Amino acid sequence: MSNEPTRDRALAPVSARIVLSSEDIERVLTRIAHEIIEANKGVADLVLLGIPSRGFPLAQRLAQRIAATTPGLDPACITGQLDVTMYRDDLRRSTTRTPVPTRLPASGIDDKVVVLVDDVLYSGRTIRAALDAIADLGRPRIVRLAVLVDRGHRELPIRADHVGKNLPTATTEKVRVHLSEVDGANNNEVVIEAHA
Amino acid sequence: MKHLLSTLDLSRADAIRILDIAEEMAAVGTREVKKLPALRGRTVVNLFFEDSTRTRISFEAAAKRLSADVINFSAKGSSVSKGESLKDTAQTLQAIGADAVVIRHGASGAPARLAATDWIDAPVVNAGDGTHEHPTQALLDAFTLRTHWSALHGHTSLGSDLSGMKVAIVGDILHSRVARSNLWLLRTLGAEVTMVAPPTLLPHGSKVWPCTISYDLDATLAGGIDAVMMLRVQGERMHDSFFPNTREYSRLWGFDDARLAALDARDTGETIIMHPGPMNRGLEISSAAADSPRSTVLAQVANGVAVRMAVLYLLLSGDQQRPAPSDATRPAGL
Repeated sequence: MSNEPTRDRALAPVSARIVLSSEDIERVLTRIAHEIIEANKGVADLVLLGIPSRGFPLAQRLAQRIAATTPGLDPACITGQLDVTMYRDDLRRSTTRTPVPTRLPASGIDDKVVVLVDDVLYSGRTIRAALDAIADLGRPRIVRLAVLVDRGHRELPIRADHVGKNLPTATTEKVRVHLSEVDGANNNEVVIEAHA
Repeated sequence: MKHLLSTLDLSRADAIRILDIAEEMAAVGTREVKKLPALRGRTVVNLFFEDSTRTRISFEAAAKRLSADVINFSAKGSSVSKGESLKDTAQTLQAIGADAVVIRHGASGAPARLAATDWIDAPVVNAGDGTHEHPTQALLDAFTLRTHWSALHGHTSLGSDLSGMKVAIVGDILHSRVARSNLWLLRTLGAEVTMVAPPTLLPHGSKVWPCTISYDLDATLAGGIDAVMMLRVQGERMHDSFFPNTREYSRLWGFDDARLAALDARDTGETIIMHPGPMNRGLEISSAAADSPRSTVLAQVANGVAVRMAVLYLLLSGDQQRPAPSDATRPAGL
C-alpha cells in the first residue's frame, strides 16, 4: 500500500511495464469473488474489509460480484473499510501518517467470516497491523486474506488465501496499482516500475 | 510539528489535519476496545504547576487511549514547593526518559522556555501558560464548532473549516488564555470573532486584534451569532476590582435566563453556548443556560480527549529525531 503517492511519483522510473490491464483486473476479481464464495460454501456471514486506500475499492468490486450471485444481497452491507495506521510497526520511523475512517458493516464482525482485501502483498506488515486492528474491533470466526498482487519478499509468516496474480519482483522494483475509484477515470492497471 | 505552544504556529492545513485526525480518534471512544497501540512504550509526563481538573485528566485519558505510559506531576506535594527550579525539574524528567511533556504553568512563556532550551529533548505541549495561550482548548473548541457548523449545513466535517461562522467570546478576556488561543485559531479557520467584555477586562493592545470588540452583549447576540463562548471570571487572577459586583457582572455580561429566553425566541437551537469550564454557575452563565440543549459544555470535554489524542499522536509519531529512513522509497505493498 503506497500512502505517499506524491513523493513516490517524484522519482521517475527507468522503465514501466503493465502486468495487469483493466480487463485483466476485472477477470482476476471475478475469479477471486468465486473463490471466496467457494471457500465459504456460500455467502453466509461474509464481510469484506478493504485496507485503504486501494484495498477498499477492490473490496467494493468483489462485493458487487459476490452480491450478483445472490439475489437480495446488498453489496454495501457486506463491505467495510479497515484503517490500520495506528497499528503499524513503523510509526516512529516513517513520516506521520494521517489515519482514515474505519467503517464496519452494521452487522459488525463478531462471528463473521472476514476477508481482508488489499492491493499488493509485500512484506506482510500491513496485514499484521490489520490483524491487530481486527482484534480490537471484535472477534471474527475466520479471517482470510485476498490480494490483487502478491509480489513476494515476505518479512512475516503471512500468506494470502486468494491471490489475483503472483508477481516475481526484485526489491528495487515498484508495483503500482491504479484503480479508477482512487486514481481517476479509466485508470485501471497494475504496473511494474524499475528504478536505476 | 515539534511542539504545540501556540495556535499562532498552526497553519490552516495543520489545524484541519489535527481536527480530521481527532475525528478518527473520537471513533475509538465508541469501540469495544477503547485503546490504540500507536504510542506503546512512550512516556508522557503531565507537568502541572497550576491546578487543573479537566485538562489534566483529559491529557491523561488521551495518552492512555494511545497506550502511552503517563506520569502525573503536580507542583503541590513535589520538590517545587522546596524551591526546585523549572530547569531542574525538566532535567529530572529528561533523565527519567519522558517522550513528551504536557506543561501547565502560571507564568506566560514557561512552555516556550522549555521548548527553546536544551533542558529536555521531548516535544512540549502547552496546556495553558499564565494569561498567554491554551492551544488544545482552542482546538477542542474548534472541533466542537466544526461539528455543529457542518451538521447545520449538512456537509461532512472532514477537511472543512469554519468559514462564515460568527463566534462571540464573552467575559474575562483580560485573564483568558483560552480567548487568545481561540482568536488566532478561529481566524485561521475562517470564522469571524467578536470579543464582548467590560472595558476593564479587555487587555491592553486588544484593539489591534483581528476581531470586533463589543461592550454590549445583547446587541451582539441580536446581530446574529452562531456560537457564544462564555469565559470563566478568573477570580484567582484578579488582584484589582474590575467590576463593581458579581450581580452587576452577571446582569450585564453573563449568559442569564433572560438572554437564553431571548435567544430561544429568535431561533430553534442554531446558536450554541460554549464554556471551557470550570463554570461559575450564576455568574458568567446561568444554570438554565449551562444545562440547556444549546450547551456544548460536556461535548467539549469529550472532544478534548480526541483532540489531545490527535496532538500527542502527531508529536510522537513520525521521524522527529532522524531523517526519513529507506521506507520513504519503499514501493507499494508495505
